[in-house]
Amino acid sequence: MSASLTLVIVMAVMYAAGVYVMLERSLTRVLIGFLLVGNATNLLIFIMSGRPGSSPIVTGSSVADMVDPIPQVLMLTAIVINFGITALLLALIYRSWWLAQLGDEGDTLTDEHATESADEADATFRSSSDDDDAVAESIDDFERGDGATSDEDTVSSKADAAGSAGASARAASKKPEGDAR
Amino acid sequence: MTALVPLIVCLPLLGAAVALMLGQRRRLQVLVSVLSLAAATVMSAVLLALVDRFGTVVVQVGGWEAPWGIVLVVDRLSAIMLLISALMLLGVLLFAVGQGIVDGDTETPVSIFHPTYLVLAAGLFNAFVAGDLFTMYVGFEMLLSASYVLLTLGGTGARIRVGITYIVVSLVSSLLFLSAIALIYGATGTVTLALIAERMPDLPADIQLILGLLLLIAFGVKAAVFPMSFWLPDSYPTAPAPVTAVFAGLLTKVGVYAILRTQTLFFPDNQFSMPLMIVAGLTLLVGILGALAQADIKRLLSFTLVSHIGYMLFGIAIGTPLAIAATIFYVVHHITVQTTLFLAAGLIDRVGGTTSLSRLGGLLKSSPLVAILFFLGALNLGGIPPFSGFLGKIALFQAGTIVGDPIIYVLIGVGALTSLLTLYALARAWNMAFWRPKKQVKDYTSSMSASLVEDPQDEGIVLKKTVSPLMVGTTTSMLVLALGLTVFAGPIFDLATRAAANISSPSTYIDAVFPNGTGSIADSNVGTNFEGGAK
Repeated sequence: MSASLTLVIVMAVMYAAGVYVMLERSLTRVLIGFLLVGNATNLLIFIMSGRPGSSPIVTGSSVADMVDPIPQVLMLTAIVINFGITALLLALIYRSWWLAQLGDEGDTLTDEHATESADEADATFRSSSDDDDAVAESIDDFERGDGATSDEDTVSSKADAAGSAGASARAASKKPEGDAR
Repeated sequence: MTALVPLIVCLPLLGAAVALMLGQRRRLQVLVSVLSLAAATVMSAVLLALVDRFGTVVVQVGGWEAPWGIVLVVDRLSAIMLLISALMLLGVLLFAVGQGIVDGDTETPVSIFHPTYLVLAAGLFNAFVAGDLFTMYVGFEMLLSASYVLLTLGGTGARIRVGITYIVVSLVSSLLFLSAIALIYGATGTVTLALIAERMPDLPADIQLILGLLLLIAFGVKAAVFPMSFWLPDSYPTAPAPVTAVFAGLLTKVGVYAILRTQTLFFPDNQFSMPLMIVAGLTLLVGILGALAQADIKRLLSFTLVSHIGYMLFGIAIGTPLAIAATIFYVVHHITVQTTLFLAAGLIDRVGGTTSLSRLGGLLKSSPLVAILFFLGALNLGGIPPFSGFLGKIALFQAGTIVGDPIIYVLIGVGALTSLLTLYALARAWNMAFWRPKKQVKDYTSSMSASLVEDPQDEGIVLKKTVSPLMVGTTTSMLVLALGLTVFAGPIFDLATRAAANISSPSTYIDAVFPNGTGSIADSNVGTNFEGGAK
């Protein structure tokens, strides 16, 4: 079998560097080591296909000139598998970083409204629901008034009126709340 | 009927896809995964019957002929492994379903569990039916990727910590396996098992040695053989109970299967007998000595798991047809019993709130059924007559005495000692957890417990869950299956003997894959620039 010396040297260096980096404590380096060793293995498979040659597609060229296709198939599969494993490892590394930084508390979502009392939340809810009612009411008024006209100017002026009506309704609804408190 | 062979791999994969889509509808998802594994079990039973009756089934995937295309081969050994692993997968799945019902699906994200579990099953089946090394590698990767996800299920700190160790160790072994495939391709010009088997004996002895050792190391890590076994007791017990059970029962045995397959096929002269013997003896001893020091039942069982891999290696090392038959029988026995014991440990965790021996007590009174399940499983694993553990060990020892080397006698001694120590470790666990009254647990002093080391991740007693009838029912039926191995040991051992006869001579396997002989292949080796190697 004949093989390119350059490829062999590159493979050896990648194996050596990969194993060295893999022995580190840091998980990211372990991942880099895994990638290096994985690609070195892919190169090893490639080297095993022997001399380079023409592409292995039967077009009439002589069979003896073609390169062996099987190692390329094996390599492709191995690359895809390595890709999937790398994605999983990255997710695990991120998760372990997350746990190391925040601990188990990192899992509990912070509640934006935790500081609000029940009354306040209730008031906010009621005022916004009053707003909705006012808007719906003014739209109903508008539709009852002149639904037939489709002139743009009229629509926009009416919409402005509806907006101001909503604002006044909001102000009105807020007032009794303030009194109650 | 040949359609069954690819179907047994495709069906769980399809089930996994459907289960993933049904993530929001849990009951339907459970139904899909149980149905697809039940179908796989039926198919593997049919396959075993067919293969035993009519001989090896060979499928050329996509119609491509053997040395160029992918070939799937099911002989008796593959069919036995398929059936026993399908049964175990189904049983553990039902246990997990029972546990999920009790927990209200809060502890484990079940929507991920079912698809991943089915991918694990498909990978296992793929590795068993593979007729070439690369398909076997793909099967290994499928089951390993699934196992990475299952081990880190829920993503808690402890599981991520051990999960990363497990993943890195597995990755290294996978890369070694891939390198071995590359070198074997370079040396023989093929990855088809049958063709490698034919060309391997023509290689120079030193090249054979390198290739054989590389394969042994790659599979040895997966099978947790002594110098490469230290990752196992740390990583397995952390996973949820059903996951641990299926890992313990099946994942290491895939490694053993791969060693058995490649050793008998590629190296029929048994060149690696001596190193295998030494490694087997050390695995037996180191594993069981580790088990003696464990206070946690799951860790204790993990160490006995490592230890008993030694018996199977011992059988492979002897290499005679009788020894191979004994190994196959022992593998089947060990898969069943170890899975049952881990499930029983899961039940103990439920009823006792912990699996630490120094905290458990009085379980015989509070849950007699669990006590019986654990007791019978422990006796079986420890090799008390008349259970299948005893029969398997006797068959191994008998096969050894027929060959009668001095080192074999040493190993028989080590094996018997390991058997006794296993019994001691498990009987002590039973005594302390079940037999000892609850009120003696505090301030308990005994020479038995002096050497116990606590699990580093021990959390104390957490009594939170109850046991569902489905969990107990599954564990009981697995135990019944294990006892069935004892009752029907005769026919099963006959089957194992026929399987061993199949694989003891590589020519049977080669003839099945290449019915027209391999002579024409070397001449028409289209497209390869391959020059050295087998010549």
